[in-house]
Amino acid sequence: MRLELGKIYIKDVQFASETRVENGTLFINREELLKEIGEDERLKHIDVEIAKPGEEVRIIPVKDVIEPRVKVEGNGGIFPGFISKVDTVGSGRTHVLKGTAVVTTGRIVGFQEGIIDMAGEGAKYTPFSKTNNIVIICEPVDDLPQHEHEEAVRIAGYKAAAYLGKAGKDISPDEVKVYETLPLLEQVKQYPELPRVIYVYMLQSQGLLHDTYVYGVDAKKIIPTFIYPTEVFDGAIVSGNCVSACDKNPTYVHMNNPIIEDLYERHGKDINFLGCVITNENVYLADKERSSNYTAKLVEFLGADAVIISEEGFGNPDADLVMNCNRIEEKGIKTVLLTDEYAGRDGASQSLADSTPRGDAVITAGNANQIVILPPMKKVIGHPNAADIIAGGFAGSLMADGSIEAEIQVITGATSEVGFGYLTTKTF
Amino acid sequence: MRIVHYINQFFGQIGGEEKAHIPPQIREGIVGPGMAFKQALRGEAEIVATIICGDSYFAENEAKAKAEILNMVKKYYPDIFIAGPAFNAGRYGIACGTIAKAVKDELGIPVVTGMYVENPGVEMFRRDIYIISTKNSAAGMRDAVLKMAAMALKLAKGERIGSPADEGYVERGIRVNYFAGERGSKRAVDMLIKKIKGEAFLTEFKMPEFDRVIPNPPVQDITKAKIALVTSGGIVPKGNPDRIEASSASKYGEYDIEGVFDLTGETFETAHGGYDPVYANMDADRVLPVDVLRDLEMEGRIGSLHRYYYATVGNGTSVANAKRFGAEIAKKLLLDGVNAVILTST
Repeated sequence: MRLELGKIYIKDVQFASETRVENGTLFINREELLKEIGEDERLKHIDVEIAKPGEEVRIIPVKDVIEPRVKVEGNGGIFPGFISKVDTVGSGRTHVLKGTAVVTTGRIVGFQEGIIDMAGEGAKYTPFSKTNNIVIICEPVDDLPQHEHEEAVRIAGYKAAAYLGKAGKDISPDEVKVYETLPLLEQVKQYPELPRVIYVYMLQSQGLLHDTYVYGVDAKKIIPTFIYPTEVFDGAIVSGNCVSACDKNPTYVHMNNPIIEDLYERHGKDINFLGCVITNENVYLADKERSSNYTAKLVEFLGADAVIISEEGFGNPDADLVMNCNRIEEKGIKTVLLTDEYAGRDGASQSLADSTPRGDAVITAGNANQIVILPPMKKVIGHPNAADIIAGGFAGSLMADGSIEAEIQVITGATSEVGFGYLTTKTF
Repeated sequence: MRIVHYINQFFGQIGGEEKAHIPPQIREGIVGPGMAFKQALRGEAEIVATIICGDSYFAENEAKAKAEILNMVKKYYPDIFIAGPAFNAGRYGIACGTIAKAVKDELGIPVVTGMYVENPGVEMFRRDIYIISTKNSAAGMRDAVLKMAAMALKLAKGERIGSPADEGYVERGIRVNYFAGERGSKRAVDMLIKKIKGEAFLTEFKMPEFDRVIPNPPVQDITKAKIALVTSGGIVPKGNPDRIEASSASKYGEYDIEGVFDLTGETFETAHGGYDPVYANMDADRVLPVDVLRDLEMEGRIGSLHRYYYATVGNGTSVANAKRFGAEIAKKLLLDGVNAVILTST
């Protein structure tokens, strides 16, 4: 499966009479965009705003972040199972409006949504302070059940990203990157002398606002399976997940999965990257056992010498991470784990809920309990009072002057467990 | 800035083990290692008083000693409290840790001490206080004092304390965030490639080790088995011939029980300083059940009781020492054809 990813670098975003890309600027016809995403009767009001890097703007509560992409050549379309039919994606050519992101906000659905600050201390912790954000503000009709509310906002975000992505369809990209993974037996033969690597991609699936979808299927209901890395670049995996903002994988991060990108960087040089095994993080022990057994079996069957395992979320999924590590290492396959930590505000507590001596190679994305003070912003898009109730905030987080004292857990993408960020931790 | 310095009877130039029982006393100005501190502090701070206390006195009268010393410290209004360095002296290290923690918690005064990494005081107090990592003997005094003095000045001035590697203190187990030079995914791929190649790599998070020992399969026929006794409860022949320490044991003993059918108050005692010894000293079989095993041996319910037993003191003993003892004892037992071991603690 071969995918050309054409990156169109966008330096500015403005509202205009026609949606188009010109000289690195994305112009958006606001009314057309609103019409495109405004058909859901579960949402009583939708608005759109632009937030640019360096502006004193806060977006709260953030639900998801999505990258505008469009399929130019090849099978299927972006976000199969939601926006496009369920054709297999991941081959041909896809264009990306690099430097832009759709951010969804509006009345809070659960307790686990996030904050994006475009300037100040908080901006350091989120990757989305560096993107030109098209913020979709969705307010639900009264008494809408939470699951319906979550779904309506989620799909509005995909629609907006797909709509904007189309503006890049006929634009000549600034950069084209080619990614290719062959069918297994051919891929093994291509670099027979190199160690074979699989990426074990854990998807949050604890249920009730903690879900991930694969080609439209709720990942709770999957048996661990193989996916070509390039399928992920076309939005085959999307987030319906409102687990703590710091370590959920927004749809944007799935589409730009940095582990896949960095494994491809060494593909054919130091390793033979065979592809991804996706698995879930269900809450029942029987599910954890089935999924970790199945993952280890599949990784062995595919002939891996080594794997990277990334977790999503914390606490209960720490058990899935440890079980995956143990079962894969037991088969003589080497592992590197990616997680984050909950070591308490003082950093002195036990960081994970489970442990294994086999986990001797761990990358940490930081202690999510670290306290941060986010200064007041000139403009707030959304609902600032969510600061007191989102995970990582507490009663009194939102102060009278508009500043927020909370754990970095509240910041979208602060401790990304696919290693999208630079934050890490050391022992003092 | 004012400093109060705590040292033991040895560094206080009062005497060795024979003076370890002395209660705390205070001297104006510097004593012993205080001279080295004076130079290292370069006039920025001054040791106004030195407290000297016997190690045994502190160990045996902890609550009392603590109260007495806290009262002495209070009178001098120090900006910082320095204890030791204690190097590898176990009781001294524990005393330094105990009193430094008390000064920090109860008087709100910053504290620093220094110890060798295997001193039991390190494991007991590294989470609570800054312990400068020292050599295992007073030969490392100069280096220890330089680092402790630098740390003391920083703490007294309220300056930011750097990483353990920068400042020379023992890791306190506190996780601190920072931004790395490469993103997490790149670091993961780099680590994976090193692991595949068998090259050295440094994990960013050490999984806590739960030292679970998987039991061996049951002994097939216990009536034929040679069984040995091993204890960390400190049971030794009366008089403690090997001088096993009451705490922070640096050794274990091997003792012949050929022909011994019962441990009595006249023949055996405990060396352990961590529990009430009265009942063990009355009848050491309570900790090391020789009498019962002799019965079983005579009834033919076990093969035999091994001729030697092994004993150490678990009290404050470092994991590193305990592991070494275990490995050596196991080797000897295997050579002697022992089939099973009963391990007793306290």
